[in-house]
Amino acid sequence: MSAAGDANALPIGRRLRRNAGRWTLNVGAAAAFIFILLPLIFVTWLSFYQQEIPSFPPTGYSTRWYAEAAANSRFIKAFVLSVQVGFIATAIGLLLALPASIALTRFSFKGRAVINNLLLMPLVIPGIVLGIALYVFQVEAENATDLPIMGSFAGLVFGHTLLVIPWALRLICASLVGFDRTLEEAAQNLGATAITAFRKVTIPAILPGVVAGGMFGFVSSIGNLELSLFLVVPGQTTLPIAILQNLEWKIDPTIAAISVLQILIIVGAMLVTDRFVRISRVV
Amino acid sequence: MTGVQLESVCKFYGDFRATEDVNLTIANGEFLVLLGPSGCGKTTTLRMVAGFVEPTRGSIRIGNVDVTHLPPWKRSTGLVFQSYALFPHLTVHQNVAFGLEMRKVPKSEISEKVMTALQMVRLDHLGERYPRQLSGGQQQRVALARALAFRPDVLLLDEPLSNLDAKLRHEVRVEIRNLQQRLGITTVMVTHDQEEALTMADRLVVMNEGRIQQVGSQRDLYDRPQSQFVASFVGRSSFLNGRAGGARFVTAGGLPVVIDSRLEGEAVIALRPERITLANAPLADTPNNLPGEVEFVSYMGNLIDVHVRLNQHDHVIAQIVNRDDTNVPAVKDRVFVSWAPSSSVFAK
Repeated sequence: MSAAGDANALPIGRRLRRNAGRWTLNVGAAAAFIFILLPLIFVTWLSFYQQEIPSFPPTGYSTRWYAEAAANSRFIKAFVLSVQVGFIATAIGLLLALPASIALTRFSFKGRAVINNLLLMPLVIPGIVLGIALYVFQVEAENATDLPIMGSFAGLVFGHTLLVIPWALRLICASLVGFDRTLEEAAQNLGATAITAFRKVTIPAILPGVVAGGMFGFVSSIGNLELSLFLVVPGQTTLPIAILQNLEWKIDPTIAAISVLQILIIVGAMLVTDRFVRISRVV
Repeated sequence: MTGVQLESVCKFYGDFRATEDVNLTIANGEFLVLLGPSGCGKTTTLRMVAGFVEPTRGSIRIGNVDVTHLPPWKRSTGLVFQSYALFPHLTVHQNVAFGLEMRKVPKSEISEKVMTALQMVRLDHLGERYPRQLSGGQQQRVALARALAFRPDVLLLDEPLSNLDAKLRHEVRVEIRNLQQRLGITTVMVTHDQEEALTMADRLVVMNEGRIQQVGSQRDLYDRPQSQFVASFVGRSSFLNGRAGGARFVTAGGLPVVIDSRLEGEAVIALRPERITLANAPLADTPNNLPGEVEFVSYMGNLIDVHVRLNQHDHVIAQIVNRDDTNVPAVKDRVFVSWAPSSSVFAK
């Protein structure tokens, strides 16, 4: 009997049980996948509706809402601001998280656990609470210093930096822990100073973690609503807030079109990142 | 090329003494092996020469330079790590070039020197590969080429063969030794594998608990061990405890033994298994001839270990060669064991 025949020669009961297990897994995975994708599919569908008031079934399809969104200067302005804040906050967050990660993973000192938890805190605290706290802080800071802090661009970036830090910290720490430090010793043995060794050997090795941390930080900044609500002023709003404000007046599919664009940007960012570092390896 | 000198080097971690009072002079071009069980201080010693561990006391010189407090990058040592530690994001060529670049070798010369180094380990055809695309043995050789490319004063090998399988280990062993002799480079290797140590070294250093136990050639260590530790760590020995006095020795079980030693008091005799003769009847011409009963026979193909119990306290292992005419004793056989009076004796 051939080897393949042997595999099929398992007792019928065990074969059924094994197949049943595989089917349960596949069905479960498919259900979860649909559950996650369904809202995205509906939003995308809605963005191509012809009529202004969403109703089922659609009277026809068009791309006019995309044109409408592109022509809306408030959305454009909000989008630009979101991207600016996202980029700057991500850059600052990474610059702070990298040395913090090194200190947390390589040195043991008093209060290490406390600092670690403190830096991860923004991930756990509800955004709304963080927003109120920052708002109060900014009021106090402005009163104390007489600087225009409230509603400033810098204030907004500061708040979003807090969103970036935990992601950057977690992912950079994870790659530093997995990094074999004998590589640094090898570089030093070959004549590299401690700093050169870090730059030439450690940084390339932990780059996937840094990029992934930056990307997650950027995505959480771009999508943030609750925290930003407390930090913006009229005339300077981020995209999620602009969407919310628009929804208070009408519910035409322009919002759906903008959401689709937002999703595409994030998907694009992930695909580009994935070309440089395998996301599945670091997350 | 240059030698290395360690002078009363100590390294303490709090109360723990990793190495204590290590004195060594390694001659120019010599292959010295530090041998010992894990935690004996051999790796700490090597890392002090490389500059990754700063001695608590003592001094280290490479050539005429006191390097005791120099950082690793200001020393000229090429270290091969147990894990190879090749840079995963660089190709084989770039890995080997790293040390040359760091040491500011002119760009025009780097490529040629890399090729020379890779030719030494017969890997010049794999320069564009990444380390993950190489086998363990090839990675090992790249690590060796990388450590040698910038022509360091000293080559340091930290258990370089322990991650290779047995067959490859024999090959790389010969390769490293040949290369070392061809280049005439002063080399220090750390290992816990005595076969590796015995086959590669010019001179060996046996360490235990942070201290040097004995320094010498293979013969010195095997034939003339100076302590019970060395007798048990290098090769195998059966030990007979007892009391010595006036070239006589009485074992714990009361057996009289002739020894070539002026020791007095509590002592221990170390017997190499292959130097014990096994016979069915007492041999006429040897002074130490003791009857016993075979307790256990361990058959290893070419060799056979025969465990012989002399009495309640005394027990020896004799090793015999498995020839056509070898009379292999069976368990419970009555036999006679004998050995020369020149066997090593240590004070307790």
